[in-house]
Amino acid sequence: MTFVAKPNIDTVEHASTTADTQQPWAALGLKADEYERIREILGRRPTIAELAMYSVMWSEHCSYKSSKVHLAQFSENTTDEMNEKLLVGIGENAGVVDIGDGWAVTFKVESHNHPSYIEPYQGAATGVGGIVRDIMSMGARPIAVMDSLRFGAIDHADTLRVLPGIVAGVGGYGNCLGLPNIGGEVVFDSCYQGNPLVNALSVGKMRIEDIHLAKASGVGNLVILFGAKTGGDGIGGVSVLASETFDADGPAKRPAVQVGDPFAEKVLIECCLDLYAAHVVDGIQDLGGAGLSCATSELASNGDGGMRVWLDRVPLRDTSLRVEEILMSESQERMMAVVEPAKLEEFMAITQRWDVEATVVGEVTDGKHLEVFWGDEQIIDVPPRSVAHDGPIYNRPMARPAYLDALQGNVPDDLARPADGEGLKAALLSLMASPNLCDKSWITNQYDRYVMGNTALAMPDDSGVVRVDEETGRGVAISTDCNSRYAKLDPYAGAQLALAEAYRNVATAGAVPLAISDCLNFGSPEDPGVMWQFAEAVRGIAQGCRTLGIPVTGGNVSLYNQTGDVAIHPTPLVAVLGVMDDVARRTPSGWKSTVSGESGQAIYLLGTTADEFGGSAWTQVAHDHLGGLPPRVDLERERQLGEILVNASRDGLVVAAHDLSEGGLAVALAEASLRNGVGARISLDEVCERDGVDPFTLLFSESTARAIVAVPATAEARFTDLCKATGFAQARIGVVDGEAGALGVQGHFTLPLDELRTAHTSTLPAIFASR
Amino acid sequence: MRIGVVTFPGSLDDHDARRAVRIAGGEPVTLWHGDDSLHEVDAVVLPGGFSYGDYLRAGAIARFAPVMSALVPAAKGGLPVLGICNGFQILCESHLLPGAMIQNDHRTFICRDQPLRVENATTAWTSDFMPGEEITIVLKNQDGQYVADESTLDELEGEGRVTFRYIVEEGGRNPNGSYRDIAGITNKRGNVVGLMPHPEHSIEEGYGPSLDGLKFFTSVLKSVVNA
Repeated sequence: MTFVAKPNIDTVEHASTTADTQQPWAALGLKADEYERIREILGRRPTIAELAMYSVMWSEHCSYKSSKVHLAQFSENTTDEMNEKLLVGIGENAGVVDIGDGWAVTFKVESHNHPSYIEPYQGAATGVGGIVRDIMSMGARPIAVMDSLRFGAIDHADTLRVLPGIVAGVGGYGNCLGLPNIGGEVVFDSCYQGNPLVNALSVGKMRIEDIHLAKASGVGNLVILFGAKTGGDGIGGVSVLASETFDADGPAKRPAVQVGDPFAEKVLIECCLDLYAAHVVDGIQDLGGAGLSCATSELASNGDGGMRVWLDRVPLRDTSLRVEEILMSESQERMMAVVEPAKLEEFMAITQRWDVEATVVGEVTDGKHLEVFWGDEQIIDVPPRSVAHDGPIYNRPMARPAYLDALQGNVPDDLARPADGEGLKAALLSLMASPNLCDKSWITNQYDRYVMGNTALAMPDDSGVVRVDEETGRGVAISTDCNSRYAKLDPYAGAQLALAEAYRNVATAGAVPLAISDCLNFGSPEDPGVMWQFAEAVRGIAQGCRTLGIPVTGGNVSLYNQTGDVAIHPTPLVAVLGVMDDVARRTPSGWKSTVSGESGQAIYLLGTTADEFGGSAWTQVAHDHLGGLPPRVDLERERQLGEILVNASRDGLVVAAHDLSEGGLAVALAEASLRNGVGARISLDEVCERDGVDPFTLLFSESTARAIVAVPATAEARFTDLCKATGFAQARIGVVDGEAGALGVQGHFTLPLDELRTAHTSTLPAIFASR
Repeated sequence: MRIGVVTFPGSLDDHDARRAVRIAGGEPVTLWHGDDSLHEVDAVVLPGGFSYGDYLRAGAIARFAPVMSALVPAAKGGLPVLGICNGFQILCESHLLPGAMIQNDHRTFICRDQPLRVENATTAWTSDFMPGEEITIVLKNQDGQYVADESTLDELEGEGRVTFRYIVEEGGRNPNGSYRDIAGITNKRGNVVGLMPHPEHSIEEGYGPSLDGLKFFTSVLKSVVNA
């Protein structure tokens, strides 16, 4: 490579003698006291390159400066017992869980909200790319992705602008990468207008001994940058995008969004796996937010020595980039490895086989500093921990929002309820056609759910389930959930309800819940009300996980999701991962007309129902109402329910199971019927009497810890014994009916499946397919 | 029975194709795009994916890969070759099969369980099917619209070389706008077959919509024995 001298480089030497130079710290998003602290750490003014590095690494997105004090609760609430299955915990690129038989699984969910709003396709695509690289950097082969998307009102012009691009971006990147997309969510709520949420999850597998970590150690080891060249995309994306609010008069920010190349990432995955298999990688880190600034400082900070890097060796797509731009660029599909000199030749041979460009850009030193040079000129000389880990921490003011009393007081009790069978039927049809409960296949059919050949369940089933071990069938189930309407009414309960639903979904598929990852999407931390919501949600998840006995393995915080003064509903998304010995035995969500030649399985309702409509789908769809309190959380009962569902699945006692959540029993029955076009006959009387509720409440209330299951006649006695053993409420509410072609609720209504299907499947195509 | 599966950079379903070969009773052999030898395999699968990213035209770069310089003459000499999705696109780009694949008419990627009719059960890859048999296998593509000029289409129909057709509901449309609902075709000799849907994803109970894909691979194992 030819060395190009950069004009006007601000060197460390120059900075030491020019203390009074004015620096653009404010424009880079730093506060006055943060800038002062940098000067204190360095004992001089920072060079412009150092300033760039600190500004991106101390941004909200990278430093978690507003959230750190609260996130500590996750580890404080993790008991030794919960830690047993946790191989790598919070703080690494992604957490790693032991799933048995020597297999480890790593998973994480991360936001790419702001870029996706500005440039929907690339924002969403690089969101997938980024989380997949996190999984790769743990030493794992990525095996699936999921995505949770939240948009404004379905008929709002901005939703029409961003949704097709975001969906195409998630699909375009994931499909080309060869990773099955096995689930997620699509939610519409006007609170996300102007702040759509794109939360992408990836899961990967490896043998336990193959876990890799992001650390640079071993003096003399080489630092290798490999993958795509560095270009001018995504510069300052972290600080400029993720940490600022969208104001109407804000500057144009398009250049800050990264551009993805899924083909390059696919090749990079295979290349990395060959490198791991050859044991030539000592430490590894992906380049994501904050690019080289992040990768070099984190590797050095996690290691036991220093690091020296020559920035002029970095292969560039655009040679006019300034040094600080090279440090901040978020060009995609790049990785950084630490390699012993003796293994360099083998490393390079493998990267060449995959036509991946690899360049030695630095080395591990016995010093304590991260030193970066341009040729002979030193432009960075910093203690890496001060950049990567010891950033500012804020204990921001919090206050319970003043509006909350009025909101919680606005109970849904007086809303007009359907009075007869026709009314109940109409309510069910309108729920099934509503934006949040309608069929999402117009979106999910744009994702490849079959590639790799290991997908045992995918949307619209309760969880995505993939095989990990092709010999034994051992595999994992994952579900992501959050009902932000609940969280708006009560963030503590709302976060626990998200946890409870994801936990329930995983158990419904037949998997034992093992661990969680979370993606905490909130408004501005500078608003005490938002900060209170955040703290409550974190407390809810931390304590909920302790009750359920499953640890938080990591996750992501996305703040500043607001336009002007209006924040999104608090959206603490929870992803639960569970394990199964053999995923071929997973429980699907739809009725089957015959199983082993036998028809007419019994349908059981597990759990009890109370009048709980606060934040429910019915209040939203029928009355555009949000008020009262969300359903009561009972995690102990969730755990009992989970055990029943897992044991019943393992013992072959259930042929279908579906969790009850938004829209309650009625929607669950309708979904289970539509899944395979097999109807059911239901009687509500017994349960109405037992629980003291009317048919409307039993059908549409959203009480938690409930599920429906289909049980073959030969297994009924064993199944009810299983429930009775723990005293868990169960009731036989009907039978599967493959002949009727309808969902019948005795004494109230009969709904032909064709009519139900038309209502359910028309909503999205009517709005998006005609464009 | 050794069946080669080519891995191009950007191939995605190569692992699945090898699994399908193994489950059908064959020995899968990995062939590398940069290697101009077929290593004496008895048949070859060009798997699905986005070879070289397919940023130009699907399959347009893959046809120039060194492995294709060995494959094209071997296919012309009678070696059984199955092109699935991207593999079908590569076979068209290599002129081993006529016609071309363009973007789906609705302009979005589509993944679904797709019913097909087996129109020709005499090829190396379809002999285990019954003529007219209806099967359901996975369909997933971005550029799956099969197009050709009228005379080529007429010739394909006249010679019975339309191997698979999408089953379309009354008044409905096929999933990608393919001319005459064509999902797969074969060459004159019947040893080269290309199709958009993915038989390798319909092989195992519990991991796909059916087991209908298995017959593609059992067919070729028999045809190799009988050859």
